[in-house]
Amino acid sequence: MKKILKSTLAIVAVFAAFTSCNNSGKSGGKSGALSSNIAEKVYVAPGEHDSHYAFISGGYSGNLTVYGLPSGRMFKEIPVFSQFPTSGYGYSEETKPMLNTSHGFIPWGDSHHPDISQTNGEIDGRFIFINENNTPRIAKIDLKTFETTEIIEVPNSAGNHSSSFVTENTEYVVAGTRFSVPVPQRDMPIKEYKGNFQGALSFISVAPETGNMDIKFQVLMPGFNYDLSHPGRGKSHGWFFFTTYNTEEANTLLEVNASQNDKDFIAAINWKKIEEYVNNGGGKMMPAEYAHNVYDEHTHTATSTMKKEVRVINPTEVPGAVYFLPTPKSPHGCDVDPSGEYIVGNGKLSANLTVHSFSKMLKAIEDEKFAGEAYGIPILNFEDVLAGSVEQPGLGPLHTEFDDEGNAYTTFFISSEVVKWKLGTWEVIDRKPTYYSVGHLTIPGGNSRKPQGKYMFAMNKITKDRYLPTGPEMEHSAQLYDISGEKMELLLDFPTHGEPHYAAAMEADLVKERSQKIYNLEENKHPYAAFSDSDAKVVRKGNEVHIYMTTIRSHFTPDNIEGIKLGDKVFFHVTNLEQDFDVPHGFAVLGQNTSELLVMPGQTKTSVWEPTKVGVWPFYCTDFCSALHQEMQGYIRVSPKNSDVPLKWSMGEDIE
Amino acid sequence: MFLAAILPLGLFLFPLWKITLEAPQYPTPLGMYIHINDFVDANPHDIKNINLMNHYVGMQYIPEAIPEFKIFPAGIIITTILGLLIAWKGNYKWFLGWFILMIILSAAGMYDFYLWEHDYGHNLDPKAIMKFTNPDGTQMGFQPPLFGSKDILNFRAHSYPQFGALFLGLGIAAGFVAYFIGKKRHKKLPS
Repeated sequence: MKKILKSTLAIVAVFAAFTSCNNSGKSGGKSGALSSNIAEKVYVAPGEHDSHYAFISGGYSGNLTVYGLPSGRMFKEIPVFSQFPTSGYGYSEETKPMLNTSHGFIPWGDSHHPDISQTNGEIDGRFIFINENNTPRIAKIDLKTFETTEIIEVPNSAGNHSSSFVTENTEYVVAGTRFSVPVPQRDMPIKEYKGNFQGALSFISVAPETGNMDIKFQVLMPGFNYDLSHPGRGKSHGWFFFTTYNTEEANTLLEVNASQNDKDFIAAINWKKIEEYVNNGGGKMMPAEYAHNVYDEHTHTATSTMKKEVRVINPTEVPGAVYFLPTPKSPHGCDVDPSGEYIVGNGKLSANLTVHSFSKMLKAIEDEKFAGEAYGIPILNFEDVLAGSVEQPGLGPLHTEFDDEGNAYTTFFISSEVVKWKLGTWEVIDRKPTYYSVGHLTIPGGNSRKPQGKYMFAMNKITKDRYLPTGPEMEHSAQLYDISGEKMELLLDFPTHGEPHYAAAMEADLVKERSQKIYNLEENKHPYAAFSDSDAKVVRKGNEVHIYMTTIRSHFTPDNIEGIKLGDKVFFHVTNLEQDFDVPHGFAVLGQNTSELLVMPGQTKTSVWEPTKVGVWPFYCTDFCSALHQEMQGYIRVSPKNSDVPLKWSMGEDIE
Repeated sequence: MFLAAILPLGLFLFPLWKITLEAPQYPTPLGMYIHINDFVDANPHDIKNINLMNHYVGMQYIPEAIPEFKIFPAGIIITTILGLLIAWKGNYKWFLGWFILMIILSAAGMYDFYLWEHDYGHNLDPKAIMKFTNPDGTQMGFQPPLFGSKDILNFRAHSYPQFGALFLGLGIAAGFVAYFIGKKRHKKLPS
């Protein structure tokens, strides 16, 4: 132990020397011309557009944020797994079903790894997928509207972390479990974990046209922790790779007990083989309960369906489908290079960075050279699959991304830096500090055959003094680097929202062209939509009152409503009749205990209000929509329960 | 002369006129094409959005249809048939007659357009949300220009002829040219 400590200290000292060397070099050149040159590289003039989109996960905010590169400006927060009062997502009647699960309505989520859909191994910019770690779910966001349109719960999973990465034609979005659990869930002693808990790796099919998701099968693996994953591509298309830790199968004090084995595994899954097995009727359907929530862009409404069974696969029943590649010390990131040949296991407690070779793996499988087996799954020899290793590149490697010139970029959490190294020669080319303790990094086009080069950004876990202080709690920080040269160049710091775990980025053009401006009113199929002021009405059904309300600059119809009684459940169905770009209207009523609504042109949203007090209560537009926005208001009269005030409404004249 | 008579039919294929409204908050300007038989959005929903803007100052909605949409096409068809008949049977003097007729009709059309524009820009709802007056105290009008560009409050309005008008103009000009050619030929011919 002493020895390790000593050598670690030595490494740190060496790195400190390197780092300070770099710093002094840089600060020397930072004066005058060079610093203004850097400013130009990130300057996007007013009214100009960034060249790249970055979709940065919001971590425990449950959402996904949209940024522009190189400016680092945030454009939108897309609500995904968390209620979002700004738009009414998760509060409106239409979107509440999106957050339904087999555990009931869950108002919150922990979003992790966004990944953009692909065609032929290249990013196509149609959809972006993101996983919820805590109550396992996968969401799909449509990049035409930048709205969450589908969420599927993942049964038999817990800590949905090695997710949500797509295969090269978006055949599947894959979700692995970080925490193994009893499958099926049952009441049993925790200490009986070993040999009894299992880890489910879920392959969720994505329909080519619609993008509809469905769990095709789950591979029930031994009870390890499946930490991260990536698809094979090119020659390794058809395979999927997962890092594991806790192959010790500890169930307590994991920081010690799960760090004992010299090597854990990368699990290599031949999903094409399993798919074929499944298509021939393989596997078995097991009872399960999981929600599938789909948002319809024509009814502007989500529906939640509870699914009752899922197909599970015992990996030992599909020969040749699953292998273990020994990988040193609790590997975290599992990254596949653009050619599909190299699989990087970022052993976070290892001094070296391990890279496996796909072709050597195939050869070893062909030669049946196995070192043993774990729960019936063959283990290959470390030496047989090793392509090479980067010797002592830094401390605490977490994630690796690639450029289009055969270079890899790895983040080191402990030594707080990004290291650029060469695939094949394994030599370190450059290292740059990050501020501080970097987690993920992203290169546009990252998880694909065609990285788009030019930029790389590091998402840091610790912010400390990078910005003006904001008390003990602050946003995280990201750093943008220019990677077009031999050496990386730090360009910009920018704050990120929540805790970003990974981001997906791409050149802007594909998405920009398809981004929708309004919802066409003629295509609105919402059952409570009103299509003109004359369609507006108020209908009572028992104690439910449905208000078919319209908004257009600058009035509500109706704007005087009487005949509501205490105990009524009032549904404000608000249709925005505007058909102009960026003219939303908001809706709020005094005492509304859900949230406001922000209704886009052509859209209908519903807010439920259960008044608790007799009176005349105002409602108003919350979005400064027009010159007469302040006049966009109305009144709703609430009478006692036994009152006989008739139900009436008007706009532009008094209720008679 | 055949050409002269046929060219104005281009009005059925291409818009006659276009009115464009530019403002800072409309990076894509609002626009309306005037066809011989219809008003058409330059971009989807433009007319609806022009109406929405204009209601603040009490302007009327742009109607779905106006009587001119029936009269103008009939006028064009009749004058085309007339032109063809003349080209077939008539002599060059008739060509001049057709030319003058077309000039008068076009001028009448422009005058009609001006009247409509004037009414549209000045006949305002007395309950208009915003009332603007000119420096001399009279009510401000919002009439778009007949031809050219003009600032109206936060908008800059452009009003220019389109392909259809070009076809009409070429047809009329061709009528005049036909008259000259006919006249020359007539002189050359020994009669």
